[in-house]
Amino acid sequence: MPQDPQWTGTRDDRGPAVSPAEERPGRGRGPARTGPARVRVTSPRMAAAASSPPRSPIREIDEQTGVGEVYMRSLLRTQLRLGLSVIAVLALALGTLPLIFAAVPRLGAARVLTAPLPWLLVGIGVYPFLFAVAWWHVRAAERAEEDFSTIVGGD
Amino acid sequence: MVAPGTATWPPITAVILVSLATLGVGAMGLRLSRTTSDFYVASRAISPRWNAFAICGEYLSAASFLGIAGLVLAFGVDILWYPVGYTAGYLVLLALVAAPLRRSGAYTLPDFAEIRLRSRTVRRLASLLVVGIGWLYLLPQFQGAGLALRTVTGAPRWVGTALVAVVVMLNVVAGGMRSITLVQAFQFWLKLTAIILPLVLLLLAWNADGRPDPGVQENPVARTDTTVRLPDPVQVRVSVPTRLTVHGEVDGHRVDGPLTLAPGVVTLSGGTLVDLPAGQPVPHLVDVGAATGAAWSTPTSGSGGRDHPLYRLYSLLLALLFGTMGLPHVLVRFYTNPDGRAARRTTLAVIGLLGFFYLFPPFYGALGRLYAPDLLMTGRTDAVVLLLPDRLLPAPWGMPVTALVTAGAFAAFLSTSSGLTVSVAGVLSQDLLRGRLRASVRGFQLGAVIAVVVPGLLSLLAMRTSLADTVGLAFALAASTFFPLLTLGIWWRGLTRAGALAGLLVGGTLASAAVTFTVAHGSSRGLTSALLAQPAAWSVPLAFAVMITVSVLTRTTLPPGVNRIMVRLHTPEGVHLDRGERTDPRATGRIGVRPGDRIGVRPGDRAANRSET
Repeated sequence: MPQDPQWTGTRDDRGPAVSPAEERPGRGRGPARTGPARVRVTSPRMAAAASSPPRSPIREIDEQTGVGEVYMRSLLRTQLRLGLSVIAVLALALGTLPLIFAAVPRLGAARVLTAPLPWLLVGIGVYPFLFAVAWWHVRAAERAEEDFSTIVGGD
Repeated sequence: MVAPGTATWPPITAVILVSLATLGVGAMGLRLSRTTSDFYVASRAISPRWNAFAICGEYLSAASFLGIAGLVLAFGVDILWYPVGYTAGYLVLLALVAAPLRRSGAYTLPDFAEIRLRSRTVRRLASLLVVGIGWLYLLPQFQGAGLALRTVTGAPRWVGTALVAVVVMLNVVAGGMRSITLVQAFQFWLKLTAIILPLVLLLLAWNADGRPDPGVQENPVARTDTTVRLPDPVQVRVSVPTRLTVHGEVDGHRVDGPLTLAPGVVTLSGGTLVDLPAGQPVPHLVDVGAATGAAWSTPTSGSGGRDHPLYRLYSLLLALLFGTMGLPHVLVRFYTNPDGRAARRTTLAVIGLLGFFYLFPPFYGALGRLYAPDLLMTGRTDAVVLLLPDRLLPAPWGMPVTALVTAGAFAAFLSTSSGLTVSVAGVLSQDLLRGRLRASVRGFQLGAVIAVVVPGLLSLLAMRTSLADTVGLAFALAASTFFPLLTLGIWWRGLTRAGALAGLLVGGTLASAAVTFTVAHGSSRGLTSALLAQPAAWSVPLAFAVMITVSVLTRTTLPPGVNRIMVRLHTPEGVHLDRGERTDPRATGRIGVRPGDRIGVRPGDRAANRSET
């Protein structure tokens, strides 16, 4: 997820910029500190003052700038990945079932409590599974959209 | 089969009541629909729940209500994949296109083609395909109506077809879409009741009968003395010596009396009366083949004489999974959702409702194997749902329950046909009519008449393909054309007009050639026949490949404004972004998008696109 470019340049002075990793004790970084000194690079406050007024992500997208393109591409990628995962789950679960039955005929003739197994699986069991996958997809897709709205600043 | 002349008034009353209720609820909506926009899309004021009821009401067609049970009776467990495919198709639709399609603002598939690619040519080709798919889907509805009325009343086939055609035409011409929403929702509940309630009674009767197992008997056997009147000449296969009484012609010889048929193929002339004594195995129609007990209940065993069962199964699944999104009457419903989020939730509800409904029809097929095996001899297995109540239930129950299932069946014909007619009529009036009729209320009404009359006449020509099989062909055509167009259009910026055009042409031509061949020749054996009867496995990848390859080759001609359209398709409505022109062309009474319309074109767009290529 792209971050707001302004995030490093806070306006109030919080003292010298120190990486949180170096402050935390017990990380086993002791010996490494004898090597070349690690330098933490932060945005100087002067740059924050000098830069142009902040451009909203909405404007970036509307004007089809490179930054706007990053926002859009990340949304599309997330949603497409969700969609393709559903297809993959479907292919794995439904797609292999006929093959399994064809490969292991004993399974196709098996019975569970007098009802034939394939009838139970294909006639009944598939439907709750389909609904569960759909439920998951709706939730994940809505969450992705909420994330997008939060970052881009809608509502 | 109920002999003509017996008391058949309850089913007839049921048919008349469903027709009147359909027209009545339609008329209620009529007072609300006034402008062109109302006529087409109910002004988008329909809540997700009602939309889901309506989608299911519209989607559960003759193939679902009658066809699945009939095929299960003949072919067994492999048929259970049909309803799975019908339901899972909505999952694919949800995952790949539901929300973006709603956000595109497209009301029909041709609308989408034009919004995305800004090409009149692609639009016109898409319109032709919509009409083709719509007619292919309407055909079995009308066929089913003729069959159903004939089964319960003995009326000639054209009566049922004409009845459904007239009711649909009146309803669509008078009310348009909003009334249809109410009608469809009402019909969903009617269908659900009409499939569950009779089944409960039937299962009680089956229980009282000692719960015979349909899967173990080697050959379906007549349980009681059964009289069968053969409406058409048939070729049947006899597998074991069979004693029966025949009044008619056997292999060209006149017979009036008892007879023992030796194993082999026998031809019986039309009008022959056959008495099957209880306990005798039923001869099978040669086309259907004999699915013996074990093969009937075992997956992919090639039951019912269907060779290459594994190929057929996978190809069918592909067609059903990827064809659903290309069905014209389904897409319309997505436009009536208020936003993309609602479109997703509607789809989720649809998957739940369909999954519940489809639990029940296969039971009718299994019971039919026990109590109506004579249908394997006449080939009218699609009638099994309608016949079982009369066969199985004790005297006072048979007729009213038959009336209920008949009502459900007619609800199925009416609702699916109405939805398809609205879609086909919309496309006809927008894209294929000329002059003042184009995109007017009168044009829509003329479109509705054309949309109904053509498949109505076609269905009267003798057609031996089963209901669910014909519907399967409509799915295959949709999957080979609109699936690649929608998926690539929504997720890939690189789709060009030339690519879309080439893909639609290749997919459409191949699939419809296969469909035409299958419908004309009926089912036969051999790999070629299997490939043609289930074309999706090869036609869908081919259409995809062509669409992508041609798009890559013509990538300098990307349609303008593609970035803005991606913003429109994928961003949630709550974020105030520029999605191109926001005015809805339909809100002003104008339908469709024309070449002059500005859809999100700005001076910067062209440059942005060039940098992308």
